[in-house]
Amino acid sequence: MIKVHNDKCVGCSLCIKGCPVAAITLVNKKAVIDLNKCTLCGACVSVCKFNALQMVRQEIKRGDIFGYKGIWVYGEQRDGVICTVVYELLNKARELAKDLNTYVGVIFLGSGIEDKAKELIARGADKVFLVDSPQLKNFLAENYATTVINLVRKHKPEIILAGATTTGRSLVSRIAVPLYAGLTADCTELHIDKEKKILVQTRPAFGGNIMAQIISPNFRPQMATVRHKVMPEAKADPSRKGEVIKEKFDIEWEDKRVKFLDFIAEATSTVNLSEADIIVSGGRGMGDAANFKLLEELAEAIGGAVGASRASVDNGWIPYSHQVGQTGRTVCPKIYIACGISGQIQHLVGMQSAKTIIAINKDPDAPIFKVADYGIVGDLFKVIPLLIKQIKALRA
Amino acid sequence: MNIVVCIKQVPDTVEVKIDPKTNTLIREGVVAVINPFDMYAIEEGVRLKERFGGKVTIVTMGPPQAQDALRDALSLGADEAILLSDRAFAGSDTWATSMVLSRAIEKLGDVDLIICGKQASDGDTAQVGPGIAAHLNFPQATYVRKIDTVHMDTDPKMMVVERLLEEGYEIIELSLPAVVTVLKEINEPRMPSLKGKMRAKSAQIPVWTNKELGIESTQLGLTGSPTQVMKIFTPPHKEGGKIFNGEPETMVADLIKEIKDIL
Repeated sequence: MIKVHNDKCVGCSLCIKGCPVAAITLVNKKAVIDLNKCTLCGACVSVCKFNALQMVRQEIKRGDIFGYKGIWVYGEQRDGVICTVVYELLNKARELAKDLNTYVGVIFLGSGIEDKAKELIARGADKVFLVDSPQLKNFLAENYATTVINLVRKHKPEIILAGATTTGRSLVSRIAVPLYAGLTADCTELHIDKEKKILVQTRPAFGGNIMAQIISPNFRPQMATVRHKVMPEAKADPSRKGEVIKEKFDIEWEDKRVKFLDFIAEATSTVNLSEADIIVSGGRGMGDAANFKLLEELAEAIGGAVGASRASVDNGWIPYSHQVGQTGRTVCPKIYIACGISGQIQHLVGMQSAKTIIAINKDPDAPIFKVADYGIVGDLFKVIPLLIKQIKALRA
Repeated sequence: MNIVVCIKQVPDTVEVKIDPKTNTLIREGVVAVINPFDMYAIEEGVRLKERFGGKVTIVTMGPPQAQDALRDALSLGADEAILLSDRAFAGSDTWATSMVLSRAIEKLGDVDLIICGKQASDGDTAQVGPGIAAHLNFPQATYVRKIDTVHMDTDPKMMVVERLLEEGYEIIELSLPAVVTVLKEINEPRMPSLKGKMRAKSAQIPVWTNKELGIESTQLGLTGSPTQVMKIFTPPHKEGGKIFNGEPETMVADLIKEIKDIL
C-alpha cells in the first residue's frame, strides 16, 4: 500500500516528476495516486521532501534470520581459470566481513580445481567450500544451483555475492527462488548498514539514469550480483591462511534433462568485452565493414577489445557479440573510445558507467559529447591513424 | 508445440530524456511499449509454432493498461493472451513476479516451451526467466542466440540451443518443457500484418487475478518480495568534458597528454 498524508503534502509536484509510470496527479493541490498505474516502486517516497508519502508494508516474520553467518562469494571459473570478478568480490567481501565481524567464504565448484583453492585464500578467503566433481566440469545452472543450495542450507551464510556475468546471473536466480532469498542484480556499490546489520545494495535502473538502494531485511541469505570492473581487485597475499572445506557432489543432484555438448570460443574478439579494460567501439560513422580493421588496429595498439553500436551490427559490419547498448551488452571499462557513434540513449545506457569516455565524431552536436570526458571533433579516418601512431610511440 | 511467451510492458526508452538541470527523467508523452528483448521472444515463439504447429500464448503481469502490449503481441502472430492483473501483485520484485508468472503457466498446463527476453530494459535484472524455471523446476537456457535442432518425436521432446557467453558460445541440449531467454541475435522480428492487427483489436483478453492463481498472500506483492527499495536517487551529474577542435595532429597530441597516465 502507498499512503498520501494530506496534512504533509504541499502540492510541490516533485513526486509527479519522480514517478516512472506517470501514476500521480495533483487534485486540489494534493498528490493523488492512480492505483491502476502505480507499481509500488517507491520512487515518489524517495523524492518527497515533506515525508508526505509512505509505503505501508505488512511485515511477516520469516523465521530465524540470526543464525546466518559469513559472507560468501561465488568462485566463478572456466577450465580452472578463476574469473577476475571473483577477486573484485573478495575485496568487497573482506570489507563487509569486517563490518559484520564474520568470515569470508568462497563457493568453488568445478572439476580438477582443488589446487586453485589456495589462490582464493591468498586473495582474501577464510574458507573455501570446494566441490570438485566430474559432474561439475561444465557449468550447468541446474547442477550448480542444486549444489550451492545444499551448501547454503548446511552452512547458512548471511550474504552471497556473485559476478553479474552470464554465468553468475543464470546461477543465482535459480538459487534465490527455492531458498526464498532476496536477490539484487548488477550492483555497483555495496555496504553494511551498521545499525541494522544488513546489506545495502546500490544498483542502476533505467540504464543508469536512476540509482536504487535495495535491502532484504527479513530474508536470508541476502544475495547480489555485482557488475564487473566497478570494484578494485583484492591483492594476493600468499602468506594468508585459510581452510579448504571439501564437500561432495551427490550423484542424485545431477539433472539428466540438460546436457553440455560443446563450447566454441569466438575467434573475432581477441579480448572479451566484459573483461577488457579498454574498449574501442565503432558506429555508423565507420562507413563499412572493412573500416573496422582500423578499430582492430587501434584496439591492438592500446590493448583493448572492439565494441560496436547497434547500427554497425545491424549493417552486418561486425557480429552481434560485439554490440554495446540496450539490446547488446552493458560494459564498464576503464576507457571507452566511441568512434563515429552519435550516442543514442540506447547506446549510452550500455557504456555510460565507463570511467573515462573518449568520443571521436565529426558532428560537434552529437549527443555522445555530452557524456564524454574527452571529445575530438573531427574525421575519424584522420584521427584514428594518428592516435594509433602516438600510442605506439608512447608504448615503445 | 505449445509455447508461452512472457513479456513486460516498459517505458519506451527512445522517449526517455534527462532533464539537464534537475537530472531527472522527463516522461512527458512517454509511450509504453513491449520490452525490446521480448520482441525476439515473441518472434521465436511464432516461428517455432509455424514449424511445429501448436499455439503461442502471451502472458504478462501488470496494470490494466498492459493489455495494450498483449494486443501488440497478438498482432505479431501470437494466438492467445492473458493479463495477470491484481492490486495484490503490485510491488512484486523478481521473486514474486516469477512466482505469479509460473503459477499462471501451471494453470495453462500442457506447455512445451517458455520463452522470455534476456532482460527488461527498465529493471535490467535478467532474473525473472531463470526464476520461472526455478519455480516450475524446469531446465533453463539463458542468453540463447539460436534454437537449433528440435526433436518433437522423442520422449521427452528435446531441443539443442546455443548460449552466448562472454568468451564465445556454448551448445547445450535440453529436454522439454524448458525455459529459454533469448537475445537479439536469435531472429529478426516481423512487422504486424494488417490481418493480425484486426484480429488483435477484437481479441478477448482474459484477466486473471489472484482468485484464479490462488497464491498465498504472504508470497505476493510487497509483502511476498524479499527485496525492498529503500531509496531511489539520480546519480551525480557528470561534469562537462573537454572537447578538442582544430587540426587532427594537435587534437590527438592534446588528448594523449590528458590520458597518458591512465593508458
